[in-house]
Amino acid sequence: MAYVAIADRDHDIEHHDPTTFITKYIWSQDHKVIAIQYSITAIFVGLVALVLSGMMRLQLGFPDSFSFITPNNYYQFITMHGMIMVIFLLTALFLGGFGNYLIPLMIGARDMVFPYMNMLSYWVYLVSVIVLLTSFFVPGGPTGAGWTLYPPQAILPGTPGTDWGIVLMLGSLALFIVAFTMGGLNYVTTILQARARGMTMMRLPLSLWGIFMATVLGLLAFPALFVSAVMMMLDKALGTSFFMPAIVSMGEQLDYDGGSPILFQHLFWFFGHPEVYIVALPAFGLVSDLLSTHARKNIFGYRMMVWAILAIGGLSFVVWAHHMYVSGMNPYFGFFFATTTLIIAVPTAIKVYNWVLTLWQGNIHLTVPMLFAIAFIFTFTHGGLTGIFLGNVVVDLPLSDTYFVVAHFHMVMGVSPILVVFGSIYHWYPKITGRMLNETLGKVHFWGTLLGTYAIYLPMHYLGFLGVPRRYYAMGNTEFMPESAFVLNQSITISALIVAGFQLIFLYNLISSLRNGEKAGPNPWRATTLEWQTPDTPPKHGNWGHTLPEVHRWAYDYSVPGYPDDFIPQNVPADPSIPAYDQGSHGPDHGTSS
Amino acid sequence: MPIAVVLILLVVGSLVFHFLSPWTFTPIASNWGMIDTTVDITFVVTGIVFVAINLFMAYAIIRYRHREGLTAKYEPENKKLEVWLTVLTTIGVAAMLTPGLFVWAKFVTVPAGATEIEVVGQQWRWSYRLPGRDGEFGSVDAKLIDPENPFGIDPGDPNGRDDVLIDDAIVHIPLGEPVRFWLRSKDVLHNFTVAQFRVKMDLVPGMVSYMWLEPTKVGEYEVLCEELCGIAHHAMRGRVIVDEPEDYQAWVDSQSTFAEIQARPPGDAALGAASYAVCAACHGAQGEGQLALNAPKLSGQDSRYLKKQLRNYKLGIRGTHEEDVYGRQMQPMAATLVNDAMIDNVVAYILSLPDTPAPATISGDIVHGAKLYVLCANCHGKDGQGIQMNAPRQAGMSDWYLLSQLKNFKQGVRGEHPYDLHGKQMGFMARTLHDEQAMRDVIAYINTL
Repeated sequence: MAYVAIADRDHDIEHHDPTTFITKYIWSQDHKVIAIQYSITAIFVGLVALVLSGMMRLQLGFPDSFSFITPNNYYQFITMHGMIMVIFLLTALFLGGFGNYLIPLMIGARDMVFPYMNMLSYWVYLVSVIVLLTSFFVPGGPTGAGWTLYPPQAILPGTPGTDWGIVLMLGSLALFIVAFTMGGLNYVTTILQARARGMTMMRLPLSLWGIFMATVLGLLAFPALFVSAVMMMLDKALGTSFFMPAIVSMGEQLDYDGGSPILFQHLFWFFGHPEVYIVALPAFGLVSDLLSTHARKNIFGYRMMVWAILAIGGLSFVVWAHHMYVSGMNPYFGFFFATTTLIIAVPTAIKVYNWVLTLWQGNIHLTVPMLFAIAFIFTFTHGGLTGIFLGNVVVDLPLSDTYFVVAHFHMVMGVSPILVVFGSIYHWYPKITGRMLNETLGKVHFWGTLLGTYAIYLPMHYLGFLGVPRRYYAMGNTEFMPESAFVLNQSITISALIVAGFQLIFLYNLISSLRNGEKAGPNPWRATTLEWQTPDTPPKHGNWGHTLPEVHRWAYDYSVPGYPDDFIPQNVPADPSIPAYDQGSHGPDHGTSS
Repeated sequence: MPIAVVLILLVVGSLVFHFLSPWTFTPIASNWGMIDTTVDITFVVTGIVFVAINLFMAYAIIRYRHREGLTAKYEPENKKLEVWLTVLTTIGVAAMLTPGLFVWAKFVTVPAGATEIEVVGQQWRWSYRLPGRDGEFGSVDAKLIDPENPFGIDPGDPNGRDDVLIDDAIVHIPLGEPVRFWLRSKDVLHNFTVAQFRVKMDLVPGMVSYMWLEPTKVGEYEVLCEELCGIAHHAMRGRVIVDEPEDYQAWVDSQSTFAEIQARPPGDAALGAASYAVCAACHGAQGEGQLALNAPKLSGQDSRYLKKQLRNYKLGIRGTHEEDVYGRQMQPMAATLVNDAMIDNVVAYILSLPDTPAPATISGDIVHGAKLYVLCANCHGKDGQGIQMNAPRQAGMSDWYLLSQLKNFKQGVRGEHPYDLHGKQMGFMARTLHDEQAMRDVIAYINTL
C-alpha cells in the first residue's frame, strides 16, 4: 500500500471522541487534557521541591536553629529537591506539558498519533510521582544520596534512606522512564508523521524543534539511567557487584568485590548531560517564539537556530565526563572532554546572539511573556558563561564541588528554564483557558522572581571562589571562611524565601484568572503559528473543526513589508505580491505548499 | 522600559559586586597559580561577553520598544554577520581553552622524584601512609582491613614493612617539593580538598587516583571532603601542615612503621596495674567511675579510644580549654604515663577490669531519643557498643558523663583544638541536639540499649 500522509487521510481516521466526564477529563486521550494533567502534576511536585529548598536554605542561612532539620533530613531534602526539579518538574513539564499541548496544535494535527499511549504515559508518570513521594512516609525516609545517587554511598549505611528510600527512588525513576518513552516516541512520531499539508520541517516553529530534539535526546539518554537504576537495584537487593568494589563499611567487611563506582558515574552522566539539554532545548525553542511574537519580528537566523539545536543535541552526547574531571577517572580524558565542552559553547552563543538580534530593529512589546523572555536571555547568558569556567578542565579543579557549581547550574538549568516556563504560561494561558492572566500580578511576579533569584545566585558564585563546598549540612568553624560569608549565606536564604513567596502570587493568578481573567480572543498576541488559528478557543477535541489547516509559509512572517497587518499566520495562502521570506530562492525552504 | 534600566543596573551591579566583593579566591599556597591565571583570563573574556550582550540588549529594548507607528524590520538572515559572530566566538573560546589545556597537561604529569603520600578515606575520617625508606608502598587489600590493620597492608609484602602509617587526620608535607597524593578509599567516594592548594580529586573505593602539587607557603591548612559521603560529610575534616623540609623529615622520623606497629608488644595489664593506682583515686578501683568526683566509667571502653584520649590529654589537645574544669584535671594525670608503652599497659589493665553497666541517672523521652539516636548510630553502632575503627562505646557507660561531654562539644569546650578533628566532628553532631532536653532524651534511649 502506498504511503498516504496522515494529513491527507484525515477523514478516514477515527478520533476517539470522549463521551463521558471520565473519558473527557480523567482517562482522556486528548493531548490537551493530558498536557494539563501533566502540567498540574509537575507544578504540584515542583512546589514540594520548592518547599524542600526553603528548608535547606533555612539550615544553611541559620545553621542549628531548626530542630526539624537534622543532617539526615537535610541530605534527604537536597536529594529530593534536585531529582524532583530536574526530572519530575522540568522534564515532565516541558515535554509532557508543553510538548503535549503544542505539538499537535502547532503542526496542524488533530491529536498525537498514539493517543492511547499518550494517556498511559501520563498515568505511569503519575504513578512514578506517587512512588517517589511515598518515600517520605516509609521507615528511614527518602534517600539522601544526593540527586546523582552515586554508589557505593547510595546503598550503604551512613546515608539516610538506604532501606526503602533508595529502592523507591530507583523504582520511581524506572517508571518515569517508561512513561517518558511512551510519551517521547509519540512526540517524535507525531512531529515526523502528522504535520499538516505544507508544514515542512523547516517551517516548524522553533518551539517544536526544541521539543523534538529534546525528546530525541531523552529517548537516547534515558536508557542509560534506566540500566544504571536496574544495576544499582541488583547491587542493593541481590548483592551483585556492578558498582561495588570490596568495601569495609563502618568497620564491617561487605560481600561486594570487583565493581566500579566510576562505571555508574559514566552511565549517569551519559544520561545526565543530555538531560541538561532535554530541559534547555525546549526552553530555547519556546523562548524563540516568545521573542519573535512579542518583538513583532521574525526570529533572526532561523536556519542557524535549527542547526544550532541539532549541533547542541549531537554534541551533548560527547561531553558527559566534564562532570567527572575530579572523579578519579583517567585524567587524560580531561583533554577530550574540555575540548568538546568548549566547542558546544559556539552553537549556544549563536543562539544567544540570534535572540538578541531578534530584538534589534524590532517593535518590542514589553508584555509579561516578553519580560520573562528577556530575563531568560540575561540569566542564560550568565549561566552559560559560568559554564565555560567549569567546562575548562583546570578551572574546574578549584571550583568543582563548591557553591560555584550550585550557582552555575541553578542559573543555567534552574532559573533560566523556569523563566521560560513562566513566560510560556503567560503566553499560552489564553489559548488553554480562553482568558488572559492578570498583567499587574504577572509583572509583580516577574520582578520578584528575576531580582530575587539574581540576589540568590550571583553571590553564591563567590562562595565558590572562597572554596565553600556544596552539600554541606553546616560549615561550622572553617578556617578560610570569613564571618562575612556566613552573613552572605543569610542574605541568600532571605532572598530565597522571598522568591518562594512571589510564586504564591503566580499560583493565585493562575487560579483566579480561570474565572476572573479578561476574555481572550482566539489570537490575543497576534501570532503567526497555527495554534492561534484554531476555530475555537480553547480548542475543542480534534482541534480544527471540519478541515485541517494548510500551511503556506514559515512561522515568522512578522512585519512583512507591504502587508497590512504586522503578522501573517502560517495558514494564510501565499500572495505573489508580498515578498514573503521562504518563497524566495534564498529561503530556508522552497516550500511544498499546494 | 524599566526592564532596560534594570538590565543595565544588573550589569553594572554585577561588575561592582565582582570588584568590591570581599569573597574571592582564598589566598593560594601551592604552585597552581597558573590555574588562577586561567581563571582570570576566563573572567576577562566572559566578562566582556556578559557586558556586551546585555548592554546591547538593553539598548535594543530602549531603542526599539513599541511606540505608535514603529514597525519592525523584516530581516530573516544576515549571513555575513552570523559568520563573523561565529568566528569571533570560536576565537574567544580557543583563547580560554588553550591555556587551560596546557595547565592541565602539567597537572596530569607528576614530576619525577615527587614525595609520595597516600591519603586513605573512610566514613568519616582521614588517615595517611608514606612509602618508607624503600620508597615503595606495600600492596594493600580491602579484605585485609581490620582494627589491627586499618590500612589493609599485606603483611607478606616486604615493601609494606617500612610503610609509615599515620592513623590520624593530620599529615605533614615538605615545603617547595612536589608532592604526589595517592588517593584511596575504604568505603564510599570522598574528595581530598585543600582550598589553598586549588587542586582536588576524588577517592574511589576499588581503585587508586592521584594528584600532585607543590606547597609554597609554610602553614597549616584545613582538609575538607568535597564528595558527598553520607551524613557526616560536612564534618569529615583533616589538616595538612606544610613544613620546612628538615622539620618534615623530623616529623616522618617520629612516626611508626607498619613493622614497628605490628611488633609492638600488647599492653601488659600487670605492669599497668601500678600506673592505674593514680586513676583509681577518681575512676574507682574497678574503673566503675564516680559521679561525685566527676570521673566516668572506664571499664569496657574501646581501647583505641582510651589511648587516643590519654595521648590527647598529654599533648594538650584535650583538657586545655578554660571551661573544661574536669578535663584540665586529667592533664597532669595523663602526663604521669611517660611513654606509649605505659599508656598501652594501663589501658590493658582497664580492659581486664569487670565491665558492669554504669547505673542510669538520666531519664527522658525514649521515643524522641530513639529518633535522635539514628544519627549517632552511624558511628557508635545501633546498639551503642561503639565501632572499633570509628567511634567509642556509649551504652553501659556513665550517662551523666555523656551529657556533660555533649554539652562541652556543643559549646566548643571540647573538640575545638585544631588537632582534635574527631572532637570537631562531635561538635557538629552535638549541635544538632537543640537543647538539654534533646540530649537527655537521646541519653535516656542509650540507657535502654
